[in-house]
Amino acid sequence: MIENIDLSLVNWSRAQFALTAVYHWLFVPLTLGLSFILAFMETIYVRTGDEVWKKITKFWMTLFGINFAIGVATGIILEFEFGTNWSNYSWFVGDIFGAPLAVEGILAFFLESTFVAVMFFGWNKVGKKFHLTSTWLVAVGANLSALWILVANSWMENPVGMVFNPDTARNEMASFREVVLNPVAVDKFLHTVTSGFVLASIFVLGISAWFLIRKREEHLARKSILVAGIFGLVASVAVALTGDSSARTLAQVQPVKFAAMEALYEGKSDAGLTVIGALTDSGERLGEKKVHDVKLRIEIPRLLSIMTTGKGSGYVPGLKDLVNGNPEKGILSVSEMMERGKYARQVLTDYKMAKEIGDTETMEALSARFKESDFTDNYFRYFGYGYFEHPWQVVPSVPVIFYSFRVMVGLGFFFILLFILALWFYRREALERNRWFLWLALLSIPLAYLASELGWIVTEMGRQPWIIQNLMPVGVAVSNISAGAVQTTFWLFAVLFTALLVAEISIMVKQIKTGPKH
Amino acid sequence: MITHAFLQGYWWLIISLLAGLLVFLMFVQGGQSFIFSLPKNDTQRKMIVNALGRKWEFTFTTLVTFGGAFFASFPLFYATSFGGAYWVWMAILFSFIIQAVAYEYRSKPGNIYGTSLFDTFLFLNGCLGPFLIGVAVATFFTGSDFTLDLFNSVTWGSGWHGLEALINPVNLLLGFAVLFLVRVLGLMYLENTIEDGDLAGSIKKAMPRNAVPFLVFFLSFVGLMLLGKGFAADGVTGEVTMVRYHYLHNLLGNPVILVLFLGGVVLVLVSLWMAIFKNPRKAIWYAGAGTIPVVMALFFIAGYGGTAFYPSTADLQSSLTLAKASSSPFTLRTMMFVSFIIPFVVAYIWYAWSSINRRRITPEEMSGDEHMY
Ligand code: HDD
Ligand code: HEM
Ligand code: HEM
Repeated sequence: MIENIDLSLVNWSRAQFALTAVYHWLFVPLTLGLSFILAFMETIYVRTGDEVWKKITKFWMTLFGINFAIGVATGIILEFEFGTNWSNYSWFVGDIFGAPLAVEGILAFFLESTFVAVMFFGWNKVGKKFHLTSTWLVAVGANLSALWILVANSWMENPVGMVFNPDTARNEMASFREVVLNPVAVDKFLHTVTSGFVLASIFVLGISAWFLIRKREEHLARKSILVAGIFGLVASVAVALTGDSSARTLAQVQPVKFAAMEALYEGKSDAGLTVIGALTDSGERLGEKKVHDVKLRIEIPRLLSIMTTGKGSGYVPGLKDLVNGNPEKGILSVSEMMERGKYARQVLTDYKMAKEIGDTETMEALSARFKESDFTDNYFRYFGYGYFEHPWQVVPSVPVIFYSFRVMVGLGFFFILLFILALWFYRREALERNRWFLWLALLSIPLAYLASELGWIVTEMGRQPWIIQNLMPVGVAVSNISAGAVQTTFWLFAVLFTALLVAEISIMVKQIKTGPKH
Repeated sequence: MITHAFLQGYWWLIISLLAGLLVFLMFVQGGQSFIFSLPKNDTQRKMIVNALGRKWEFTFTTLVTFGGAFFASFPLFYATSFGGAYWVWMAILFSFIIQAVAYEYRSKPGNIYGTSLFDTFLFLNGCLGPFLIGVAVATFFTGSDFTLDLFNSVTWGSGWHGLEALINPVNLLLGFAVLFLVRVLGLMYLENTIEDGDLAGSIKKAMPRNAVPFLVFFLSFVGLMLLGKGFAADGVTGEVTMVRYHYLHNLLGNPVILVLFLGGVVLVLVSLWMAIFKNPRKAIWYAGAGTIPVVMALFFIAGYGGTAFYPSTADLQSSLTLAKASSSPFTLRTMMFVSFIIPFVVAYIWYAWSSINRRRITPEEMSGDEHMY
């Protein structure tokens, strides 16, 4: 494959993908949650026949439409970027990765876009029941979109359900069930959609609070706070639970990411979970990577061990164990994995060579190896390590992950509190009196976006340098184009998306200030 | 027995069908390309935009699904073409990004760039989208400048990364043919959905001015393609050679393709005749029923009958055939089951459409309080 990796090409391609993904994710979570909130509100309208609820539904629906359009605009680019910028990746795993993307188009996107049209244009054209059903189908469709792309993404974190075919030099799907029921996928789907519910609830809560601050649309605002408060509270508890379960799964399938999240360098038993901490340079080095000390540390004793192993006394491997190996705990060193990966690649190259010159005897002998469990379990599974030059290359950026994770989790608990307060003040009819709370709710909107984006930073940065865990490093996945070309499109995207975002926010603010139609 | 070859053929059929639907649905783009020339006043423009705006999502989603289906079923094509002809695909994508926001934002208060910028976005997407897609598809017949190595990683010969396709006149013919076709379809669609005598007059005038160029470009492309050399692939060894009349052979040698092609062409001609001389309101249905089979037939000619559907002019043996570019039998089979849902999807789209489209758009409706672009 590519032996001389052009680092600036790799970095620009990463930057471009990250840029477009971060933009896409600015709009997606609101769609995921707001679509359900609309469905709840319209259900109340249809049940009670109260025109006020129709007005409320229509108000939030306008905001939904503004957000939805730009979500679609940023989504299409991600899909095609797999081909344009990660073409080696696309070939290597297209057999598995492409399938969920296609299913998503057929099953989810059409559902969403068809019924969005009914939702917007159908008020006076179709019956109430049909309209309500359409609104629900939009919510289902949006969340199904999330399901399939997350199945694909989870496969990259924890590749399952496939076999390697030496003839085509790629991974091929062996079990669709395994791909879909990948434990990482289950956690990721639940955590991601519930985080979208939380974000949308905070959006509705915050804007309603603004109306109350301005003493406008008070009826609409209070009713909206009730719906958002209940939905948000349930969802924010679910976010914490699914986040916890994500972390447990992570400890098993991506121990390096897990250790980086905790800035755990030395493995230990009775390990505590760091709640708050500050990283400082210890002066020590792991290869060329800094080793950090955790200062100002507040921990929950033994919790990390319990999360990873189920026992308070369980051993949690640190980054040093994972890089240098720890034979006592049965952890292989990265340099050993690199040797095995190189060997697996050599077998594949020999096979290809034998095929080129038509040496069938060698071909058959080598092809048989790909079916031996000793070879697949002990050598081929380290295939991707064969590309590295130094063991420390498998360590991602610890501070980025450590802090991102803590801020996300911290905000997660803060949001639970926020929703409890919202419901409490609602019940006591004390919302207007507690202006500090209204301001807090309004200012929480950007925090929700922050938590959500940080979640992806943890996931995606934490798995570096892998594009597919243990099988393919990011560096070999890129398309064979010039770094300059990618740099150009990066700036084009940056300018275009930023301009569109500015327009979106401006329109959104204007609509909010205008308020519902009377 | 469901063989790998059968599945590859099946998936090429689905891809061709999606391509046919996509070209038909690009009537939205075609309509957008008239945004500055057809309407005489703001109300007419608003009616045009709203008529198209209720459909743009379908075209867009079909494009997305077309991409996803291609990725899943022929990943090597996805990797080779998208990763190699980088600039053409990027240009296509940009033209669709600007479209997606334009409808929703153009007339909303607070849209800081003004309505005319978003209308320009619609115009650009309307012209560039169909034209570039036509050019990209033409390379299925004219070839591209790439080589694949032992591990199927692609190297593009020209530093232009796809833009070189724009200097091949044959590619341009198909690009313009698609552009004028969707313009004609757009006119027919507007005629069908909008109730406005004055606008109908303008549409009638514009019709022949677009139908004639379409026919000229389309027939020249088809003529050159059928009478020229094609990229033939040996069924057993996979060896690719240039064979004169190969595409003609594919067309005449397979009665299904022949019927689809000729039947489709006849329907399109009938629709043009209707649009210009008779009952213009119904023309869109005939045009649609003709466009889809013609596009499918072109894709069949490019992919079936021992042909390399994504040929390389730099190294014939790097050319992609269905067999070489496809996913594994397992994936194709799983995906085949998923594809059985498509008729159900089409059915609910149809139902939803017809339930919100019973009435035609009128100038009065534009001043109502409905959701409006
Ligand atoms: C289906 C897969 C998928 C999905 C759903 C996402 N990403 Fe991702 N992301 C990738 C697949 C991917 C990738 C293709 O695998 C990248 C490119 C290079 C890499 O290492 O991973 C990547 C890189 C990448 C990076 C750069 C990491 C680096 O420095 O290399 C960031 C910050 C994000 N992504 C953030 C996001 C966000 C905010 C997402 C929310 C929508 C998101 N990703 C969804
Ligand atoms: C690399 C990853 C991704 C790709 C390739 C991708 C692709 C797309 C595409 C092509 C669209 C437009 C669909 C249309 O035509 O209607 C879209 C929209 C959407 N995507 Fe993504 N997407 C990605 C990540 C995600 C994630 C992680 C989620 C949710 C968890 C998500 C949820 C949605 C939703 C809900 C929409 C509807 C439009 C909106 O944002 O409001 N996507 N995506
Ligand atoms: C309350 C405690 C929370 C915990 C324990 C938690 C835990 C986690 C963990 C461990 C991951 C990484 C999963 C992986 O890499 O596979 C993650 C990712 C993520 N988190 Fe959280 N999180 C919490 C709160 C939140 C909140 C409040 C939001 C947003 C509103 C959020 C949004 C996300 C997103 C979008 C991702 C990326 C998707 C994924 O990988 O699942 N999280 N979270």
